[in-house]
Amino acid sequence: MSTVTTAAPDRSAAPAGAVRSWKTPILLSVLAVVALLVFGAGAPRNNVTFRLSDPNDAIVLPDLVLPAAATGWLTAVVLAALAVLAVLAVRRGSAVPVWLVAVFAVLFLIGFLTWVVGSANNPNVALYGLLAGSVTLAVPLIFGSLSGVLSERSGVVNIAIEGQLLFGAFAAAVAASVSGSAIVGLFAAALAGVIVSFLLAVFSIRYIVNQVIVGVVLNVLVSGLTGFLFSSVLSKDAETWNSPPRLPVLSIPVLSEIPILGPILFEQTIVGYLMYIAVAVIYVALFRSRWGLRTRAVGEHPKAADTLGVNVNRMRFMNVLLAGVVAGVGGSFFTLVSVSGFGRDMTAGQGYIALAALIFGRWNPIGAFFAALLFGFATNLSNVLSLLGTPVPDQFLRMLPYVVTVFAVAGLVGRSRAPGASGIPYVKG
Amino acid sequence: MSPQENPPVTPDTAGGQPPTRRAAQEAAREEERRLEAAAETGGGQVPPPAVPASPAALAPAGPGDEQPLMQRIMTGNALVAVLAVVLSLILGGLLIAVTDEDVARSASYFFSRPMDTIGAAWSAASGAYAALFQGSVFNAGGDSFARMIYPLTQTLTVATPLICAGLGVALAFRAGLFNIGAQGQILIGATLAGWVGFTANLPFGLHLLLVILAGMLGGAIWGGLVGVLKARTGAHEVILTIMLNYIAINLVLYLLSTPGFQRPGSTNPISPQLEATALYPPLLGSGFRLHWGFVVAVLATVFVWWLLNRSTVGFELRAVGANATAARTAGVSVSRGYILAMAIAGALAGLAGVAQVAGTEKVLTSGVAASFGFDAITVALLGRSSPWGTFAAGLLFGAFRAGGVTMQASTGTSIDIVLVVQSLIVLFIAAPPLVRSLFRLPTPGAIPSAGARRNRKTAATGGAA
Repeated sequence: MSTVTTAAPDRSAAPAGAVRSWKTPILLSVLAVVALLVFGAGAPRNNVTFRLSDPNDAIVLPDLVLPAAATGWLTAVVLAALAVLAVLAVRRGSAVPVWLVAVFAVLFLIGFLTWVVGSANNPNVALYGLLAGSVTLAVPLIFGSLSGVLSERSGVVNIAIEGQLLFGAFAAAVAASVSGSAIVGLFAAALAGVIVSFLLAVFSIRYIVNQVIVGVVLNVLVSGLTGFLFSSVLSKDAETWNSPPRLPVLSIPVLSEIPILGPILFEQTIVGYLMYIAVAVIYVALFRSRWGLRTRAVGEHPKAADTLGVNVNRMRFMNVLLAGVVAGVGGSFFTLVSVSGFGRDMTAGQGYIALAALIFGRWNPIGAFFAALLFGFATNLSNVLSLLGTPVPDQFLRMLPYVVTVFAVAGLVGRSRAPGASGIPYVKG
Repeated sequence: MSPQENPPVTPDTAGGQPPTRRAAQEAAREEERRLEAAAETGGGQVPPPAVPASPAALAPAGPGDEQPLMQRIMTGNALVAVLAVVLSLILGGLLIAVTDEDVARSASYFFSRPMDTIGAAWSAASGAYAALFQGSVFNAGGDSFARMIYPLTQTLTVATPLICAGLGVALAFRAGLFNIGAQGQILIGATLAGWVGFTANLPFGLHLLLVILAGMLGGAIWGGLVGVLKARTGAHEVILTIMLNYIAINLVLYLLSTPGFQRPGSTNPISPQLEATALYPPLLGSGFRLHWGFVVAVLATVFVWWLLNRSTVGFELRAVGANATAARTAGVSVSRGYILAMAIAGALAGLAGVAQVAGTEKVLTSGVAASFGFDAITVALLGRSSPWGTFAAGLLFGAFRAGGVTMQASTGTSIDIVLVVQSLIVLFIAAPPLVRSLFRLPTPGAIPSAGARRNRKTAATGGAA
C-alpha cells in the first residue's frame, strides 16, 4: 500500500523524468467502455430484485428492486467519469489514488451484478445469502493467505499452503472421529499444519533448498499421503476414522439478528470467529509489536536485522511454524464445518488461491482478507448464478476470479511488491 | 519487483552440476552478494568487477559443460541420488506395511510372535513393489516376449508427456522462471492440436505435422502470455501460471460444450475422435500403445540440450536465470529472455498435449492432461533442470505411474503411494546433506562449493541434522 498513499496531487510522487504509469487509467477506461456497452446498452428491460433478509428473520428489510437499465446506465456513466479522473490524475503526473480504484471496483461489481442477475431467467437473488455464503467460502482462503503473510513477511515463500490446508483437514477429520470431539480435531489440524510447516522450515532454512521447490513438493507429498491413507485406512472403516462431528454454529444473541451483517459476523462456528480474530491479531502484531517489526525486518533486510542482534533463521523458523498453525486451523474448516468427513484432495487448489489472495492483498493481512473475500464472492456468485440460469456460460463465471487475479497482479493494483528477502535464504557471514 | 529481487531459481544449492557451471553460478551469486553489499552501504555504486565478471564467468559453456554421463555418475551426487531413491522406497514400503491389514492383524500378537508381523510387513511391501516393477519394466509371467516387455512400452508411453512437459518446466527454470503452468499449457496445446486433428481433412504426414505445430503454438501462446505479462508488468509468474491453469481448464470445458468441439450427439464434454491421419503412428506395431510421440520427446530433449548449451539464445536465457541484473548490464534483454523462455516452455508442454491427444488418448476431453503438468514440475526438479536429467526423471516417473496402475489392480495398494515416493525422492535429492548425514557419508571435500560450506555451517550452528 505504500506506493500509492498520496491521494492528493503530489508532484514529488512522480519526479521529472519518471515514467508515468498509464496501465491503471487504460485498464479503467477499457472497463468503463465495457460497462457502457454491456451494463448500459446491453441491459435487460426488467427489474432486478435483491432480497436483503430472510422472511424468518427478526428484522425483515424490504426487498431492493432496481430497474436494470437505469442502474446499468448510472453505474456505467459514473465508472466512465472515474476513468476520466484517473486519466487526468496521471496526466497531472500523480498516481491514481487508491480510493478511486476501490470505488471503481465496487461500482463495477454492482453494475455487473445488476446486469447478470437481470439477464437471468429469474431476476431475483438473495443478497444476504450471497454475501454470507461468500464469507463462508472465503474462510479457508483467509486462513491460508494469513499463513502466507506470516511466512513470507519473514522471508520464506510458502507455496505449501495447499499442503497445510489439506493435512489440517485430514488430521481434523481423523482426530475428531477417533476422539469424538470436534475441538480435539481443531487442535489436531493445527498440529498437522505445523508438521508440514516444520518440513518446509527444515528444508528451506536449514538445508537451503529452494523454497518454491520445497513448497510444491510438500503439496504433492501431502496429497499422496492423505490420498493413500484415505483409500487404505479411512474408506475401509469410515465409522471409526472418517465420521467427525461437526463444529456447532454459535450465534451470538441479539447481534446475530442484525440484517445482512448479523449472520456474517455473529453466526459462525469457532473456526469462523477464529478467522476474524486471526486477521485482527496478525495485523496488529505485524505492524504494532516488537515481534512484528522483527518479522518484517527479517523479511526485508535480514542482514540489517542480524547486525542488530535478531536471530534471522530462528525468527523465520518460528514464523513458518506459526503459519502452519494458522493454515492447519483453516484446513479444519473443510472437515469440521463445510462437510463432515475427509475426501481425497478435498482442498482442490484452495491453497493456491489463498496464495493469489496474499499477493493480491499485497502481503498485508487486511488486504489478503478482502482479496480472499472477493474470491469467495466470485465462487459463490457462480454457484448462485448457475442456479438462476444466466446468459453467461457457467465456465466463464468460474473463470472470473482467476481472470480478475491476473488483471490485478498485472495492472490494476500496480506492482505488488514482495518482501525484499522473500525466497532468499539467509546465510550468515 | 526489480530484477535483482527476483531470486535466481536454481534447483539446488549444493552442487550436482558440472563444476564449470557451478563456478559460473557461484560467480553470479557472489556478484549478487556484492551488489547487495553495495546497496547496503548506500553508495549504490556497483563495484567494477561485478558487471564484466558475469558474462565472463558464464562464458565457459564449452566442452566441459556437459560431461559424459559416466563421469557424472561417478561423482558423489549420483550416489546421493541412488540413496535418495532407496530411502524413499523404504519409507514408502513402511507406509504400505503399516496400513496393511495382515500386518495389523499380526501386530495384535506382536509380543508373542514378532516375526509374524515383520513377515507380513515384508510381504506387503515387497508384494506391492514387485507388482510395481512388473507393471512398469518386465513381466516375467507373460506368454510371449511381446507380452513380457509390454510394461516397458507402457512406461515409455506414459513418460512421453512427462518428458516433454518436464523439459518445458526445466527450461523456464534455467531462465529463472518457475513455471507451474505446464498443466494449462498442455491443455491449450492439446485443444488446438485436437481441433486441427478432428476438423482438418489432410493427407497423412501433413496433417500430423499441422497437429504438432498447432499443439506447440497453443502451448507457446499460453506460456508466452505469462512471459509477456511478467516482462511488461512485473507480475509474479508463479501466480500467473497457477491462474492460467484454472482459466485453461474452464476454457476447455466451455469449448467442449460448443458445437465446434463437442462430439455430435453427445452431451458429455468430449470431442470427436481425431482423424486417423492426425495420429502418431504406433512405434512398435499395433500391439503396443507406444507411439512416435516418444521419438518426438527424444528429439525435443536433444533440441533443448542444444538450445541451452550450444546456442546464443540458450546462453542468454541462462544468463538471465543466473543473474538478471548482470545479464541486463551485459546487454542481454531480460524481457525478451522471459518471453522467449516461457514461449518455448509452453511449446514443449504443448508437445506433451499433442502426445496425449494424438497419441495416447486420440480424443480431446477436459482430462486429457491428467496431472502431467504438475508431475512435470517434480520431473524437472528431479532432473535438476538439465535436459537429459529431465529425460531420465521422466522415464522413472513414467515407470512409477505405469506400474502404479498394475500395483493398484493386483495388490490393492493405492496408486497414491507413487506420489509419496516421488515427492520424497525429490525432497531428499534436493537436500544432499540430509541424505549424507542419514547414511553417515562423508561430505565431499574435494571441491567444497559455497553451498556445501553453508550447509555445514548451518548444520553446525543449528544442532544435529
